Amino acid sequence: MPNSATIDVSGMTCAACSARVERALKRAPGVTDAHVNLMTAQATVGFDPAATSPDQLAAVVRATGYGAELPLPDRTAEEELDQRDSARTKEESELRRKAAMSLTAAVLTMLFSMPLAHRAGPGAMVDPAVRLMLPLSRALESVAPWLYRLPGDALRWFLLLLTLPVVFWAGRHFYTRAWAAFRHRSADMNTLIAVGTGAAFLFSLATTVAPGWFQGHDVPPDVYYEAVVWIIALILLGNFFEARAKGRTSGAIRRLMGLRPATARVRRNGQDRDLPIAQVVAGDELLIRPGERIPVDGTVLEGTTAVDESMLTGEPLPVTRGPGDSVIGATVNGTGAIRMRAARVGRDTVLARIIALVREAQGSRAPVQQLADRVSAVFVPVVISIAIAAAVLWFDFGPDPRGLHALVSAVTVLIIACPCAMGLAVPTAVMVGTGRGAELGVLIKGGAALQRAGETSVVVLDKTGTITEGRPTVTAVVPSSGFHVPSEGRLKLGTPNLELVVLRAAASLEMLSEHPIAAAIVRAARERGIDLPAATGFGARPGHGVTGTVDGVPVAVGNPRLLEAVGIPAATDLVDRAAGLEEGGATVAWVAIGGSVAGLIGVADPVRPSSAGAVQSLRAMGLEVVMLTGDRPRAAERVAHEVGVDRVVAELLPESKLAEVRRLQAEGRVVAMAGDGLNDAPALAQSDVGIAMGSGTDVAMESGQITLMRGDLRGVRDAIALSRSTMRVIRQNLFWALIYNVIGIPVAAGALYPILGLRLSPAMAAAAMAFSSVSVVSNSLRLRKALSKE
Amino acid sequence: MDTTQLLVTLAGVAAIAWVNWYFFVAGRGAPAVIATAPSGPQEIPIVVDGGYAPASVAVHSGRPVRLLFDRRDKGSCTEEVVLPEFGIRRFLPTGNVTVVEFTPSRKGTFEFTCGMGMIRGKLIVK
Repeated sequence: MPNSATIDVSGMTCAACSARVERALKRAPGVTDAHVNLMTAQATVGFDPAATSPDQLAAVVRATGYGAELPLPDRTAEEELDQRDSARTKEESELRRKAAMSLTAAVLTMLFSMPLAHRAGPGAMVDPAVRLMLPLSRALESVAPWLYRLPGDALRWFLLLLTLPVVFWAGRHFYTRAWAAFRHRSADMNTLIAVGTGAAFLFSLATTVAPGWFQGHDVPPDVYYEAVVWIIALILLGNFFEARAKGRTSGAIRRLMGLRPATARVRRNGQDRDLPIAQVVAGDELLIRPGERIPVDGTVLEGTTAVDESMLTGEPLPVTRGPGDSVIGATVNGTGAIRMRAARVGRDTVLARIIALVREAQGSRAPVQQLADRVSAVFVPVVISIAIAAAVLWFDFGPDPRGLHALVSAVTVLIIACPCAMGLAVPTAVMVGTGRGAELGVLIKGGAALQRAGETSVVVLDKTGTITEGRPTVTAVVPSSGFHVPSEGRLKLGTPNLELVVLRAAASLEMLSEHPIAAAIVRAARERGIDLPAATGFGARPGHGVTGTVDGVPVAVGNPRLLEAVGIPAATDLVDRAAGLEEGGATVAWVAIGGSVAGLIGVADPVRPSSAGAVQSLRAMGLEVVMLTGDRPRAAERVAHEVGVDRVVAELLPESKLAEVRRLQAEGRVVAMAGDGLNDAPALAQSDVGIAMGSGTDVAMESGQITLMRGDLRGVRDAIALSRSTMRVIRQNLFWALIYNVIGIPVAAGALYPILGLRLSPAMAAAAMAFSSVSVVSNSLRLRKALSKE
Repeated sequence: MDTTQLLVTLAGVAAIAWVNWYFFVAGRGAPAVIATAPSGPQEIPIVVDGGYAPASVAVHSGRPVRLLFDRRDKGSCTEEVVLPEFGIRRFLPTGNVTVVEFTPSRKGTFEFTCGMGMIRGKLIVK
C-alpha cells in the first residue's frame, strides 16, 4: 500500500518550475506518483514507505533549488483558524466603519425627510415608519424652521446626496455579491437586500430627477432614501454583531490548540536543549519542570508528580503520575520535576486527535437540519416571488397611491426575509456544543451523534471498567489468628501490624509474577509504602499460585489447591471470611509464611467512587439505567444495589449483551451504551449511541460515537446532558428562524392590513432581520457555559 | 380591473415564472466537470465567487480527491465550504486557493455547500 505525502514547495513562479520539481520527484526512488500544483505551491507524492520517506522526498525537492517543507501536524488547522480570525477581524472593523457611517447618514436622512413628510400630510404617507415620525417633525420644526422652508426639490436632491455614499460605498458589497451569485443562478441574503434597496433607490432617483412626470401621472413624487439608508445601516450593524458572535463559536477549538506548548526540553547526547515541539521525536527523553506543560504523550521515567489533566479529560483533581505511568501532552505538570520518554508526537498525540475529531464533528451535519436545508435551498427565489405577488396584489386591490404601496410592500417583504437565521441555526449550535464537550472531556462525533444522544431513553452500562474501576484491586488483607511473625530470618517490619507483614511477603513474591491479581497485590504494597525485598527460588504453578523464599523464609501465595499441594494445613478461622469475600465477587489469595497459613488477601474490581452519584443523576434525568455483566447474579446484584441501577442482567456472554441491546431497541427505546469498547464492542456498535470510555492515553477515541476522555460515569451524564442542551438550542433556533419568516413575511406583505390596518415599514423589517440572525448565534453561544455549574 | 392593473398583474406573473425558471430550472443539467487524472489524486479547481464554478464535479471513488477552492469574493456567505458526508467544514480565505482533500469510498451524489447551505454544488462519485 503506497503512502501519500504533501510537501509545501516554495519559490516556484511558473509552470516550468513545477514541471521540473515534478520530474525530479517522479525520478526519485520509491516514488509511485507525483504531482506538483503551482497554484497551491504543493507537491502530492505517492510513495512506497519501504523505499523512501517524506523527509527524503523533501530533500529531493530542495535539490532542485526550491524550498520544501513538510506540513506540521495541526498546522493546517491552526493556519485555518488564524485565517478565519484575521478575516473576521478585518470584516468586523470594516463593518464597524460602514455601519457607523451609514447610521449617521440614516439619522440625517430622517431629519431631512421630515419636512417632506410634513408637507405631504399624515394620510398620504405610504411608509408607516415616516408616519410614526410625525410628532418628532413638529419638534424639529420649532428648532429648525428654516428646514421647512426649503423647496421639496432641494430636499430630495440633498437626500440623494446623503444616500449615494451609503449605497455605493457602505452597501456596495450587497450589490456586487448579489450579482456574482446571480450569475451562478444562486441567490442569497445579498440578493434580497440588493433587490429591495435597489428598487427603492431607483424609484426615488426617478422621482428626484423627474418629479413632474410622476405628478402628471397622479403619482406623488415620494422618495424612499431614508428607508434605503436605514435598511443598509441596520443590516450592516446586524452583520457586525453577527460576525463578532460567530468569531466566538470556534473559541473552544482555539483554546485546545493553544494548549500545545511551543518547545520541549530534550536531552540528546547528554545535553539538555530547548527544541521546537515539531522536532521532538518518539523515543526522546524530555525534562519537565514543575508548572510546565507536558509537551507530548509519553511515559514517566523518573520522578513523581501530580498532573492537572482537567483541560483534556474534564477531571478536576490532579492525578498522581510516577515512573511507568503514562502522561498526556498539553496537561500541566504540578509540583514535581519529571523525566519522561516521548511516545507519541505530532498528529498522533491525544491532543492532536481530539482536535481532529472536534473539527470533523463541527463539519458534520445533524439530521434535524434537513428541514432547514430544504427551506434554505429554495428560500430566496420563493421570497422574491412572494414580494412580486404582494406588489401585484397591492397594485390591484390596495388603496391609492397604489403604485407606492406596491413598491413599499415588496421592499418590506424582501428585507424582512432572513435566510441567515436558518442557515446559522444548526451549525453554530453544533459548533459550540461539540467544542464545549471537548472542554468537558466529552468528544461527540458530530451532529448525528449529538441528536441521538439527546433522544436517549435508556442507558446500558457494562459493569466491568464502566461502573467499576476495571482493574483488580486489593480490597481486604486478613491475617490468620494463628499467625505469628517468625522469629528466625528478617521477615520483620518493626511493626506489630500483621496485615502489612502478610502483604509484604505476598507482594515480594508476586513482583515476579505477571498475573493481574499479582499486579494488584504489588500495587497495594507500594501504595502502603512497603519496601519489597527480592524473593529467591521463585516458582509459578499455573492455576494454583506462586512459591519462593522471602528474607530466608518460605512463602506461598495462591488458592487452597496450592496450599494442599505444598502440604500446608488450611486455617479454619478464615474459611468463613474467604467465602464471604468470594460471594461479594472477590478472588481470594491465601498467603502461607514459614509453613503455615498467615492470612488471606481479597482482590476485587471495586466500584468507582463516582458511579453511584452518576447513576443517580442519570435516573434523575428520566433515563432508565440497565447494568449488563458476565458476573454471577449475587455479585452483580451487590454492585447493582450499591450504585442504584434500575435493572441488572447478569451472567451474560458478549453476544448476549448485543441481544439485550437489540431487545431494548425492539421496544422502541433509544439506547445509549457505555463500555470500554473491548469486550463489549458488538453491543456498543449496535446501540444507538455508543459511548466509549477511556482513560488518558489508552482511549480508543475512534471507536464510539461519543468518547469520554475520563473513565468515569459522570462523563456519560455530561454527554447526554450536553446533547440535550444542544438539541434544545437547535430546536429553539430552528423554531425561531422558521417562525420568524413564516410570520414576518406575510405581515410584511400586508396580510394584516385588511383586518387591522397594520403594516410594517422597510426600516422596521431591516431591524427585525438584523436582530433575528444575531439572536440565533447568541442563543448558540449560551452553550459555551453548559454544565458549568459544578 | 383596468388595463394598467391587468398589465401589472401579467407582468408580475411573468416575473414570478421567470425567477423560478432562472433559479430552479435553467441551471439544471449543467454537465459535471470530470476529474481526468489517470492515477494519483484527482484534482479539480473550483472558483468561488458568489457561487461555485463548476457547480458540479465528478470523481472516481477510492482515490484521493483534491478540490482546489479558489475564493475570489469577500462575502461572508461563501466563507466556508461544507462537505457534510465527509465531515469537512473548511474556511476559505479570500484571494487564496484552499485545498480540500478526502477520499470518497462510496459511490453516489453528494453535496458541497456554503456554511449556511444556500449555495450548493454537486459532487458525483463514480
